[in-house]
Amino acid sequence: MPKKFIIDKKSVDFFKKISELSGEIITLCDQCGTCSAGCPVIEEMDITPSQMMRMVMLGDEDVMESKTMWLCATCNTCTVRCPRELDVSKVAEALRQVKLRQSMDKLNIDKIPKEELAELPQIALVAAFRKLTS
Amino acid sequence: MKIGVYLCECGGNISKVIDLDTVNKFVGTKDSIGVARIHSNMCSGAGQKLIIDDIKKLGLDKIVVAACSPQFHEKTFRVAMEKAGLNPYVLEIVNFREHCSWPLKKQPKIATEKAKNLVNIGIEKVRLDYPLEKKMFKMENRVLVIGAGIAGIQASLDLADAGKDVTLVEKEASIGGKMALLSKTFPTEDCAACILSPKMADVEANPKIKLYTNTTITKTSGHRLHFDIEAEINPRFIIPKIDMDQCLSCKKCEEICPVSVPNEWEQGIMDRKAIYTPAALAIPFKYLIDKENCLHFKDDSCNKCAEICPQNAIDFTQKVEKLKFTVDNVIVATGFDLIDPNLKPVFGYDRYKNVVTGMEMERIVDHINENPPPREVGNKVAFIQCVGSRDKQIGNEYCSRVCCMYATKLASLLKMERPETDIYIFYTDIRAYGKGFEEYYKRAQEMGIKYIRGKVAEINEDPDTNNLVLKAEDTLSRKIIETEFDLVVLSTGLQLSKSSDTIIDSLKLSKSSDGFIKEAHLKYRPVDTLIEGVFVAGTAQGPKDIPDTVAQASASAARVIGTLAKEEFEIDPILAFVEENKCDGCKKCLPSCPKNAFQMNDKNKAVVDEALCVGCGACISSCPQDAIDLRGYSNSQIIASVEAALEFKEKDEYRVILFADDAATYRLADIVGVRKMFYDYNIYIIRVPSGSRITPKLMTHTFIKGADAIMIGDNVKKSSAFPWSKKMTLENIEVVNEKIKKSGIDGERIFYSEFSSGMLQEFITIANETVKTVKKYSKITKEKLNKLKEIF
Amino acid sequence: MKIPYYPGCTLKSTAKHFENSAIESAKKLGIEFVELPRWNCCGVVASLADDDIMHHLAPVRNMIRVLEMNRDGLVENEKRLLTLCSMCFNTLKRSNQRVKEKIDDLETLNDFMYKEEIDYDGSVKIIHFLEILQEMGFDEVKKSVTKSLKNLKVAPYYGCMLLRPKEVGIDDAERPTIFEDFISSLSAKPVDWHNKSKCCGSFLTVNNKDVVVELGYDILTNAQKSGADIIVTTCPLCAFNLDNRQKNIKKKYPEFKEIPVVYFTQLMALAFGLSKEVTGFDGNYIDPIKLLESKNIKV
Repeated sequence: MPKKFIIDKKSVDFFKKISELSGEIITLCDQCGTCSAGCPVIEEMDITPSQMMRMVMLGDEDVMESKTMWLCATCNTCTVRCPRELDVSKVAEALRQVKLRQSMDKLNIDKIPKEELAELPQIALVAAFRKLTS
Repeated sequence: MKIGVYLCECGGNISKVIDLDTVNKFVGTKDSIGVARIHSNMCSGAGQKLIIDDIKKLGLDKIVVAACSPQFHEKTFRVAMEKAGLNPYVLEIVNFREHCSWPLKKQPKIATEKAKNLVNIGIEKVRLDYPLEKKMFKMENRVLVIGAGIAGIQASLDLADAGKDVTLVEKEASIGGKMALLSKTFPTEDCAACILSPKMADVEANPKIKLYTNTTITKTSGHRLHFDIEAEINPRFIIPKIDMDQCLSCKKCEEICPVSVPNEWEQGIMDRKAIYTPAALAIPFKYLIDKENCLHFKDDSCNKCAEICPQNAIDFTQKVEKLKFTVDNVIVATGFDLIDPNLKPVFGYDRYKNVVTGMEMERIVDHINENPPPREVGNKVAFIQCVGSRDKQIGNEYCSRVCCMYATKLASLLKMERPETDIYIFYTDIRAYGKGFEEYYKRAQEMGIKYIRGKVAEINEDPDTNNLVLKAEDTLSRKIIETEFDLVVLSTGLQLSKSSDTIIDSLKLSKSSDGFIKEAHLKYRPVDTLIEGVFVAGTAQGPKDIPDTVAQASASAARVIGTLAKEEFEIDPILAFVEENKCDGCKKCLPSCPKNAFQMNDKNKAVVDEALCVGCGACISSCPQDAIDLRGYSNSQIIASVEAALEFKEKDEYRVILFADDAATYRLADIVGVRKMFYDYNIYIIRVPSGSRITPKLMTHTFIKGADAIMIGDNVKKSSAFPWSKKMTLENIEVVNEKIKKSGIDGERIFYSEFSSGMLQEFITIANETVKTVKKYSKITKEKLNKLKEIF
Repeated sequence: MKIPYYPGCTLKSTAKHFENSAIESAKKLGIEFVELPRWNCCGVVASLADDDIMHHLAPVRNMIRVLEMNRDGLVENEKRLLTLCSMCFNTLKRSNQRVKEKIDDLETLNDFMYKEEIDYDGSVKIIHFLEILQEMGFDEVKKSVTKSLKNLKVAPYYGCMLLRPKEVGIDDAERPTIFEDFISSLSAKPVDWHNKSKCCGSFLTVNNKDVVVELGYDILTNAQKSGADIIVTTCPLCAFNLDNRQKNIKKKYPEFKEIPVVYFTQLMALAFGLSKEVTGFDGNYIDPIKLLESKNIKV
């Protein structure tokens, strides 16, 4: 079922917001797919990293509902390979920040069983809090 | 001396603003004026006739025309003077229109005052003008073509047809370049060798073409359209050297040679011996010995070829032969190298045998029908596009133009020979822009070749199966393709051949930002370079396919034929010269000239090679004895001009002298005038060839004569014929700034700017701001100037 | 040589045995780690949002401590800050680059931290221990080796943070060699394998364990198939994901064979012949001692 998408002021504003927040020139993305092909967590994602870039360029706010940006571990494999030197991890961060700055945390620490928390090294908790909570 | 001064009304453009009668009266007060006239249109037939008649009847020996900018009619008046029998270089044009009446159209009183000062400058400058002779250089019919690929071959044949003497130099042992390595060519699938071989044979047989193979150019020197070339012919170790018929190519030596190394012509998919012919269809079809791998050269342990040769044609003692010759024009057709696939280690070219380059694939496909073929391809083949191109990570942002099509070709050829093979081409864009290209691409798809839109991120070897696994996103279906392939072909892009670097350095060519040889202008001078007499053709100028290469080669040949048709080449006499009696042989001028125009003669005096000198004036500040000067813009002339500009300055007035380079700043001021835009009238423009002409001494004199500030304008570096000027001028300025400080003069007094023709508003702003700034400083007193004189 | 040392949280708690092995091995090479006084959490992972200044506070405070150490004579003219943990390395280095690039932001940070005695001027250089060893020359490391590891096939696991992005990386992102050189200098045999810098999943181990299990399985099996006996890491989080999570991997893939994962300084301590307490192998989840003894290496 092909979806209809209208490019209106709202979508352009969304595109502008993510562009500014990430500091990346989203329109440079030529959709070559190198980022997706090298991404280690690609199999868990519902949309590919390049699809995420395309949705941001169109200003499609549905991208905020995807799992993809929360799965990005900032491993930067995409960054060192992009032929246009775009940093896709920064775009994922920008998308996360839009949610997090509205206090919509992804991680609820209460949901994690106490035994697991006990064995997790501090570094994992700090990083998880940094990336997944506000 | 009798100076003729002509004030042009320019149909009202000048006379409506400047009161020419007042100016005329002023002219009458100057010395040696033979005649002073006002005319409505000096550039018209009538105006020119006036000058001609006056010269003949009144015996005028110097001319001043106050009219529009010299860029319009300086040549016109020079021609008129020649007609009258007077040397055309005793002429000064005073810019009454663009630099005075137009910008100052709302201030006629000020314009008239300024006009008086401007014509004063013109008269004082022409007073020091003297006759100059045009220099003519004779040209002959000799052309050097560097590189015998398809571009060099085509150019040589065209030149030979036009009766030129061509020297064609090729560094490899066989001609044909990269085209000879191709199996078939797109989009027609013509056999590359079949269309190339007849041309190669023609070149070898053509009496007008002297072909040197296995030869490299080591040095080029000489002037604009006259090049002295030195080259080295590398020995083949097969005798005789000149007439090589002694070797009958019987192959006995090749058969017995014990050394086998990868055949570089076959891209390493097969081997060759250390004594070999470069290719099956090599021209010249002669053997040679690979000194690097031959055992005789390595450790004297083998003589088998010499022993078995029935003609005694092996000679291990052959030496490098040196070659020297002179030509009038050069065509650089040095071609391309493939981009090194190891720049993208993600593809594993250095580790996996089944990852090959496009060129290797050419040879594989060419031999695929042999029994057995040297390399098999398996059942599943992938092509990866844009390897090394369009990739900012490795610094090559350009598109190599031919890879989409050559991959399509290789895939199509392979599919025809091995229909069961599953072939995939992984691309980001398919660029099928040429004649027949789109149809060829469609045909490939029709044959069942699958195009997947996604760039391959990495290739790994499965440790269990040892098969290649390729990962790419199909961006059109958004699926991640992770699959095994039997063979992966990297469609590597093109870059300028490494061997071009020595040629570029010795001919003083430059490279564009993509690393290829820079043409004079991308749009309308695509085969010229910025060096007169040197042309470029083929992939050395940028990636392109065979039809475009052949077209460009013929174009460069046509340019050469046109240039040499003139037989004589004229050089502008505005050149530097050395006053021999002042020169003390210190040699400081030699490194100062970016064109290497200075030499020492046998009396140990410096001499300017007039064919090399471009008249920029940069050398003048290098001579501690003031022995160098520039004809047409001599030191005394510049000082006289400055003096004349400042002669009538009142005590409370401010005057800034702008030394404007002819090519950019002066023209820009003209354009500002044409648009009738106003800028501060206290700025007096003096035309110079480049900013570097203004030596520290001249700057100091300018202040001493009463200038409040100096502005120097040069062309922006990337458009400039004198790109060295900025650095030299700034150095000169630093010297003077120091002295100015020491003499107690306050504030920044020397301003340097780079201009290009679009910078109208910048010119006005800089001009106005400079005067405004200078007005804030304290006036330069006589005492301070005296101190400056002393310090200098 | 005395060098300012930033430990980070984990090396002081769950990964203390990594730190011990590092400090003692360094001593053998004449390097003294001078711990940063009043250091604070580096705030891993580096903040990427273009407008964010706040999250760079924590790293910059640590760099001010380095300047203070120099001022107070704890180190002499040494503005390099040594890290043992790749994630701390990456976070600190990225923050450092960011504030040096945007001088206005650095000014804002300095103004905000008005209670600090020194302003940060961008002069600190963040380095990883491997870089110090490379600078010293791996031949020097070789000299201190007393126990031969020549039967041991070691797979270097770089992870992400040491090599990426390019401005931060200590070696080429696609074909690095520094870790292999390090392993060779310890007389062990480095293994070439293609997952050497594939991400372990990092913080996803908190809320998305399954992803980490998958990644760990892929990484570890590739190392095994490439002939590795043991895996070496430079980051306590990678160590956790590849070591402790093996029990989760085993649950999902019963045929999975365990492989020991040790810290790079533990391997160094082993090769330098340091004691059992220092090498600290009982802190590792999968026991390396059995594997080592099978290779005739006494711990």
